[in-house]
Amino acid sequence: MSEIKKIATRESYGKALVELGEKYDNFIVMDADLAAATKTGVFKKQFPDRFYNCGIAEQNMMSLAAGFASTGKTVFVSSFAMFAAGRAFEQVRNSIGYPHLNVKICASHAGISVGEDGATHQCCEDIALMRTIPGMTVINPADDVEARLAVLKAFEMEGPVYIRLGRLAVPVVFDDNYKFEIGKGVELKSGSDLTIIATGLMVKEALEAQQMLESEGISARVINMATIKPIDSEIIVKSARETGAIVTAEEHSVIGGLGSAVCDVVCEQCPVPVVKLGVYDRFGMSGAANDLLDIFGLRAKDIVVKAKEALALKNK
Amino acid sequence: MDSKLKLELQKTATKVRMGAIVGTHAAKSGHPGGSLSIAEILTYLYFVKMKIDPENPKMEERDRFVLSKGHAAPALYSVLAERGFFSTEEIKKLRKPGEMLQGHPDLKKVPGVDMSTGSLGQGISAACGMALSAKHFGDKYKVYCICGDGEIEEGQVWEAAMFAASKNLSNLTVFVDLNMLQIDGTIEQVNSPLPVDKKFEAFNWHVITIDGHDFDQIEAALYEAEKTDKPVAIIANTVKGKGVSYMENQVGWHGSAPNDEQCEIALKELNEKLASL
Repeated sequence: MSEIKKIATRESYGKALVELGEKYDNFIVMDADLAAATKTGVFKKQFPDRFYNCGIAEQNMMSLAAGFASTGKTVFVSSFAMFAAGRAFEQVRNSIGYPHLNVKICASHAGISVGEDGATHQCCEDIALMRTIPGMTVINPADDVEARLAVLKAFEMEGPVYIRLGRLAVPVVFDDNYKFEIGKGVELKSGSDLTIIATGLMVKEALEAQQMLESEGISARVINMATIKPIDSEIIVKSARETGAIVTAEEHSVIGGLGSAVCDVVCEQCPVPVVKLGVYDRFGMSGAANDLLDIFGLRAKDIVVKAKEALALKNK
Repeated sequence: MDSKLKLELQKTATKVRMGAIVGTHAAKSGHPGGSLSIAEILTYLYFVKMKIDPENPKMEERDRFVLSKGHAAPALYSVLAERGFFSTEEIKKLRKPGEMLQGHPDLKKVPGVDMSTGSLGQGISAACGMALSAKHFGDKYKVYCICGDGEIEEGQVWEAAMFAASKNLSNLTVFVDLNMLQIDGTIEQVNSPLPVDKKFEAFNWHVITIDGHDFDQIEAALYEAEKTDKPVAIIANTVKGKGVSYMENQVGWHGSAPNDEQCEIALKELNEKLASL
């Protein structure tokens, strides 16, 4: 068996920027002294005249990007998720979100898989923050293929976009035929007993969990929900109706993330049990990324446990 | 400056003040003090300096203006209306539900507004972004911005100041409306940003200090601004509440509107001023 290819979605982002840069010259890229880490440095190397380092000043960078975009041009801005969505939240809301400007915020180092840097840099709240902003599109790609497509599609669309990227090299889940559309969930596996809705690096874990459940005679549907906002309520309601139970899986706080977005839809349109797997109202810690994913219970086997909880609730 | 032009500008600035009074009175809220202090600067920019077209407010090559102290929106709306971007009747609907003129400037709704502002410190950064775009794409337009003196207590202003000088944004001119008052008291009492000129100099800006109510000095400063290769800060010494006797230098008029009687007095004073010009 050949080894599965692993690529960090921040790497995919850097490459996608170069791909766009080769075709278009009507956009620029901004970073806040993290170009080597966010991988905007790959674009900078190729197109130094179209890259602006704003220094360690994320708040200014967000409003700068807004002003730049107000002149009818597109801007990609990057920093770590903690600083892009966290520190500069109010600038993103008021300077970018309120005037609905063409700023594409591509934030790397999201979630606990940041690893050794620890809690101050492990942002598990960014999806929650960004999805509260009216008109903001929020995308959390699962792998290299999806991250590239998300960047290309974000460039094409009008308005602000937040793309969540990771530091850790993650398995490539999709092949070149994968079709990505902003705002659409994708059913990766059919199933009838329950539905696992996953996002980001949890998609790969969800696919493994599906196989583990299958070996126990449980038929789990798997949906990749890359776009958290606007959420694909149609595919959620259909799954709720057809399978009667849902597990959500995300490398993000269970407060305000994918799980909450799914619950918002399910509660109002088709109430069924939803069990959320994610980071449970706690800060991260230092450690190797893969060890942390074990410690925080963000693995296929943890999804299996939650799936059984959801089934028990369904059958009550 | 030609004396006839100056007289016309003085008349227009007085009308801009009247609009700010009418608007805040009708809204029963808003910020008259800091609106009145920038009437001459706005008037000069919109009636003399800036390349703009009220018939085509989104003209690509237009000069840009960002009211970073967005709470002075009544003055901005008033000057835009006087300049013909929309009817002066709109001013009476300021801050009313469903109407165009929001409490703070909204670029999506108001013709002539180039940036949505209101959260202090963000407008100057946006102005830097516009100036950067012009430099990057080789566009000739200029970017003008007004910051409040209280506003520059925001750290983001100095992030922007560092950026503008670092990237040689010589197409950017920022006025600081130094009226010496903010909501809670004098700027010196609250959290003194003084000396403002030295701070901008230290950030490697070209700094000019003027009387912000004197059209000759405004004109001379903007002329000088075009001769430098640095971003320009024009420190404008102004009087908060200028033109309405009971509002001048009174901190209480930062964020409260005149009632019927007060409005009548204010308009009477401004009408007398207009008649005297």
